[in-house]
Amino acid sequence: MTTRLDTPTAVPARAGEAVSCWLTVCTVERLLPGRGAAALVGGTQVALFRLADGALHALGNIDPFTGAGVVSRGLVGDRDGEPTVASPLHKQVFALRDGRCLDDPDVRLPAFTVRAVGGDVQVGLR
Amino acid sequence: MTEQSVTQQGVNHLVVVGNGMVGHRLVSTLRARDGDGTWQITVLGEESRPAYDRVALSSYVDGASEQDLRLDDAGLQDDPLVTHHLGDAVVEVDPGGRRVTTASGRTLGYDALVFATGSYAFVPPVTGRELPGCFVYRTLDDLDAITEAAAAAVATTAPGRRSAVVVGGGLLGLEAARALRLLGLSPQVVEVAPWLMPVQVDARGGALLHRLVSEQGIAVRTGVSLTGIVRDRDRLVATLSDGVELDADVVVFAAGIRAADGPARACGLPVGPRGGVLVDDRCRTADEHVWAIGECAALEGRTYGLVAPGYAMAEVVADRLLGGSARMRPEQLDTSTRLKLLGVDVAGFGDAHAATEGALEVVVDDPVAGTYAKLVVAPPSSTGDASTLLGGVLVGDASRYGALRPLMGAPLPADPVALISTGGAEPDASALPDSAQICSCNAVTKGDLCAAIDGGAHDVPALKACTRAGTTCGSCVPALTRILQQQGVELSTALCAHFDHSRAELFEIVAGAGITSFSALLSRYGRGRGCEVCKPVVASILASLGTGHVLDGEQASLQDTNDHFLANLQRNGTYSVVPRIAGGEVTPAGLIVIGEVARDFGLYTKITGGQRIDLFGARVDDLPAIWRRLVDAGFESGHAYGKSLRTVKSCVGSAWCRYGVQDSVAMAVELELRYRGLRSPHKLKSGVSGCARECAEARSKDFGVIATEQGWNLYVGGNGGFTPRHAELLVSDVDSATLIRTIDRFLMFYIRTADRLQRTAPWIESLDGGLDHLRSVIVDDALGICADLDAAMQRHVGSYADEWAGVLDDPEKLSRFVSFVNAPDAPDPTIRFVPERGQAIPAPAPVLLGVPEVSAR
Ligand SMILES: Cc1cc2nc3c(=O)[nH]c(=O)nc-3n(C[C@H](O)[C@H](O)[C@H](O)COP(=O)(O)OP(=O)(O)OC[C@H]3O[C@@H](n4cnc5c(N)ncnc54)[C@H](O)[C@@H]3O)c2cc1C
Repeated sequence: MTTRLDTPTAVPARAGEAVSCWLTVCTVERLLPGRGAAALVGGTQVALFRLADGALHALGNIDPFTGAGVVSRGLVGDRDGEPTVASPLHKQVFALRDGRCLDDPDVRLPAFTVRAVGGDVQVGLR
Repeated sequence: MTEQSVTQQGVNHLVVVGNGMVGHRLVSTLRARDGDGTWQITVLGEESRPAYDRVALSSYVDGASEQDLRLDDAGLQDDPLVTHHLGDAVVEVDPGGRRVTTASGRTLGYDALVFATGSYAFVPPVTGRELPGCFVYRTLDDLDAITEAAAAAVATTAPGRRSAVVVGGGLLGLEAARALRLLGLSPQVVEVAPWLMPVQVDARGGALLHRLVSEQGIAVRTGVSLTGIVRDRDRLVATLSDGVELDADVVVFAAGIRAADGPARACGLPVGPRGGVLVDDRCRTADEHVWAIGECAALEGRTYGLVAPGYAMAEVVADRLLGGSARMRPEQLDTSTRLKLLGVDVAGFGDAHAATEGALEVVVDDPVAGTYAKLVVAPPSSTGDASTLLGGVLVGDASRYGALRPLMGAPLPADPVALISTGGAEPDASALPDSAQICSCNAVTKGDLCAAIDGGAHDVPALKACTRAGTTCGSCVPALTRILQQQGVELSTALCAHFDHSRAELFEIVAGAGITSFSALLSRYGRGRGCEVCKPVVASILASLGTGHVLDGEQASLQDTNDHFLANLQRNGTYSVVPRIAGGEVTPAGLIVIGEVARDFGLYTKITGGQRIDLFGARVDDLPAIWRRLVDAGFESGHAYGKSLRTVKSCVGSAWCRYGVQDSVAMAVELELRYRGLRSPHKLKSGVSGCARECAEARSKDFGVIATEQGWNLYVGGNGGFTPRHAELLVSDVDSATLIRTIDRFLMFYIRTADRLQRTAPWIESLDGGLDHLRSVIVDDALGICADLDAAMQRHVGSYADEWAGVLDDPEKLSRFVSFVNAPDAPDPTIRFVPERGQAIPAPAPVLLGVPEVSAR
């Protein structure tokens, strides 16, 4: 099932949590390969990334070091093969797969469930 | 109340009295080295705050928070073997019973006791010193009290200036004066000695310092003392020994320090002749269970008022407590100082006053440049050996301090005059003996570094980690690199894990092989997907070579967020906007448009140091509308966001100025329009002055131009920032066409060959042969590449287009300027502002997903 766009109470499902329904946030085309964009899912800011190979990732958009909603604007890349994004403020690097901060083991971003269906990007909801 | 320390078998109890910088260093070192947990530690501190960086105390008035100043103790907080009792001073020590008692009545037994009680501020015994409005300058609590008193004074409506008197013109007094000025008071410094900073500098250096400090708006009176203070209605009146009376809202005593040795004296431990708990070179007192370190210790009778000797003492005691045999070494008691006060560079080291028998002084005093340098040397011996360096004083420009101080005690590698003249010889690290101290903050010698290198520390971070060299003030980091090279360590020039090449090599590859995309370069010459280091570097190289709009196609994914949104990211996720104002010249109509845009979008407005206007607080989604209006009014991108030309600052020049000899504004505008949008390894700044008075500060720029009667002088390699540098003369008295051609080549040669984020000054330094080599390449065409460089600049000038106009004309690029892809009209709720002096600034201490305090606009 797919819900409407403006769902103020929607809560994105963390990676591993059961998904009750999917929220379409934009078309796949709308995301530049190798770059992020932010989406608003209920009250949660989600940073979406589309990699050059087509893989999609979704993390929390709030930089835990500064509280600013900027994670989606970081540069993506890899560290030892692990796909990453670097916060644009102070350049701490996070793993795109699970949100772990690779520069500070005590910090992590939430990772959310995301998929591409029929040319749309959908975020899983709880 | 008695607390029995619950110690297990084989565990000893250490009590540390004082939780200052040195006490903290002892505990952290001991915990790092005591892997078996043989010591359980209790710290008793009089101050109620966790340990903080007192050396950086003055930055508190610049806005550093207590948190920023806190010494790293995350590990100690959770350490089961460390207990802190703060806000509870030790009042009594019983060496016989081996126990201490605190003000709150706590009693603790110990196996070892360490005094790390530091100093207290000395207040001369003048009448009125206890009056409200009188303060000392030692702790964060003192600064809070001074700030409050200054704010109250500034808030009164009584006529006249709000002022402050600082008693003492040494390091502390000048720091205090600067702080008071920042707090809105006019400071007057009173120093009893005939010149400022009498401990560190000599009379002539002090005289120059006096002048430079006065130019900063701080009144200085030397050779007089304070005799008394009285209250006169709401203010204080300070009377000086020459009869002068000074009105003041605040009086700060910074007249020296005294060792806090009270509890040690009271229990009968011997003290030094001028105070301080007497200790030997193991830092042990007369009682074998009691030690003293830091400013409270009189090491073999002498106290030290700097943190580096204190840290060395902490290391010695940590070693001793673990059964080691460390002793203080003489070089660890180095009292060299280098500081930047009120923008004035000052350094004194070794025998600055030439007190050594037979010492000679070599002086270069340049009142026009505002610099003074003196070396104190032992005379060359009759056998003709070179003279030995004993000490020195540098005022106005202390950039050679890092190179000179390690030479202390060693034969000088060059003529002493050349070592302190502008453009003179740079001493090189290979000439240094192993005993030369490279990092004075942490007392690390060249020998220590070489041992660490032999032990496998093969880059700067590794050297820092295992010796602590370069971890405090950082000024010796360039020396670390030189020593690594000299020890034969090949420093990797690989850009990052994805490319084995340096930036300069990648530039040649991209230019030579005609590569036009990151993915092509990565697949042929690199590996992986790239990262936040190599992507912007390659984006910059592609842009320097002119491959269309920086947001075209794949290039958009390489740009740092600033280049991606063509604006400067600020701490709260908003951006700032800077339209180009070439040469600082703007029409009234243009100013009005900028003002209207700022008003309509609620932007905080500030004049920049580069003679233009910065508009802060723009949301991503507002950027296109802001720029639509600016572009329609004739403005274009100012590239404040790019590693590219920022501004060409100018003075008003011969068009208006009585002294101007050339039209500096016209030249600045021409240069700025010629090089606008040119992407480079780092930002580029420039300035043009219309005469030798240099009002445009051109010599602090990457390329600076100063008018002469005959034409122009070109200076290169200047910068402000962390390590300020004056630019050096490249060519003189050239005509406009030659000037521009020389700058063209300078910039293109820099763009081709510099490292990532290397500004022009270190780049020139890194060229084999330095400035002379640069001149031979771009003036004499020694490499035969000038035609290439000229053609490259011609391509840049011919292909320039405004990046913002390019975005406004392209709906696809415009569509990226939204906070949320699925809710283009929703503002980002984490962005919150508070009012400050009539404008909006980011709300402090962001609360994750908090409720807005003041709705944005
Ligand atoms: C404004 C300023 C600028 C400075 N700039 C420099 C600089 O540029 N370079 C440099 O090398 N040095 C500088 N210093 C000096 C440097 O801060 C000191 O050398 C250093 O802090 C000494 O460390 P310490 O631990 O011995 O003393 P402190 O850091 O003073 O710590 C001593 C602590 O012991 C506590 N204490 C005292 N008595 C008792 C008691 N009976 N019981 C419990 N606790 C007690 C005190 O409250 C204090 O917290 C500066 C100092 C100031 C104030």
